[in-house]
Amino acid sequence: MIAIIDYDAGNLASVERAVSYLGFECIVTNNIKTIDSSERIIFPGVGAAGAAMDSLKRLKLDSVIKQAVVDGKPMLGICLGTQIIMEYSEENETPCFKIIDGFVKAFPPDIKSKDGNRLKIPHMGWNSLENIKKHPVLSDLHEDDEFYFVHGYYPHPNDSEHILGTTDYGISFASIIGFNNIIATQFHPEKSGRPGLSLLKNFCTWNYR
Amino acid sequence: MLSKRIIPCLDVREGRTTKGIRFENNVDIGDPVEMARLYYEAGADELVFYDITASHEKRNIMIDVVRRVAETIFIPFSVGGGIREVDDMRNVLLAGAEKVSVNSAAVKNHEIISQGAEIFGSQCIVLGMDVKYVGKSVKIPSGYEIVINGGRKYMGIDALKWAVEAQKLGAGEICLNSIDADGTQDGYELKLTSLISENVSIPVIASGGAGKPEHLCEVLTKGKADAALIASMVHYGTYTVSEIKTYLDSYGVKVRKSW
Repeated sequence: MIAIIDYDAGNLASVERAVSYLGFECIVTNNIKTIDSSERIIFPGVGAAGAAMDSLKRLKLDSVIKQAVVDGKPMLGICLGTQIIMEYSEENETPCFKIIDGFVKAFPPDIKSKDGNRLKIPHMGWNSLENIKKHPVLSDLHEDDEFYFVHGYYPHPNDSEHILGTTDYGISFASIIGFNNIIATQFHPEKSGRPGLSLLKNFCTWNYR
Repeated sequence: MLSKRIIPCLDVREGRTTKGIRFENNVDIGDPVEMARLYYEAGADELVFYDITASHEKRNIMIDVVRRVAETIFIPFSVGGGIREVDDMRNVLLAGAEKVSVNSAAVKNHEIISQGAEIFGSQCIVLGMDVKYVGKSVKIPSGYEIVINGGRKYMGIDALKWAVEAQKLGAGEICLNSIDADGTQDGYELKLTSLISENVSIPVIASGGAGKPEHLCEVLTKGKADAALIASMVHYGTYTVSEIKTYLDSYGVKVRKSW
């Protein structure tokens, strides 16, 4: 069973629908026992970091997630879920999980593309990946594949070993991060068509140990 | 680099896709769920659904359509038409839409944008604008006026002023429809599109007038649009999404080529 962590952060049904469509059993839950006994965890989220951390603490989910990381349970972070596993987010000046060292930064307001055009914030739409590292969850990606992003902040790990892929939006930022049993994407695989579904499927069958 | 989005738009009335010109003479063109699946498979980057069901009592039909679309396609889609209050937004978002689009109700009650943005996040809230060129005046300095009720009612509001205001209120995106160009297939309103796009920091989807791939190329370059809405040119099989993207790619417009 895959536990999709429910912490009042946006509509989690789209992740559930995609995982079910792929034929895997999953449950959207904030029940500590259910999460504890799950085989793997998806940690999604849309919204602001401050409110999300408040909910996670109120629901006492922070310790169960940290424990899952220590236990070696495969965990997939998505969007806000990816930002929250960092140390600290500039959004609402929020201390986060510190599973991966580094900060979550805001895109600079005057960001420009290489050809000098002003870029809009949030970064919304389809974008590609570069510098993809070898990883079982990322094994089916093609060079031309693009993924759906919606965000104004991005993760910035201290250790480049934790960056599994990057994306260019005026600056090059870490769009996939992870180590050991953790993998986390800034984009939404559940909204990214075929390549997104294949990434999700690979996560659902990833045998970390 | 970010791709420009190509977005087929489906008008849905009582559970069926329809198409009319300037909001009139609608004909049935198919099942919205099946059409959504075909466009998803054909490489559409996003979809837009407008519920043009006249009767409020029959709105549950649309919610069921949204639910079935969400189970079928795995790209973002927005739903608009008849969104009057926060509860209407909640219903379509819970049914599985990524975004909700609000138009007339926001003109009458600005708060719906800020309330929606606060509860669901700005990324969910699309401001739909129907705009007509009326000539520059003291009241309408840009020359473009907001209209509602399918272009029948002039609101005395300047389109540019409203776009900037809506962004401040928390709209995450603008879907900009030119009533003058809508249904003509003669090309988008480029001046209007670039005017709005250059003066807001949120993405602008150009709508109304697409008939040929050249039109998309123009609006995504000269028109400075972030995305282009299409309807007739793909609904009747004149072009495929893939053909449009190949054309755009050949002119150096960045589009998503793998799906």
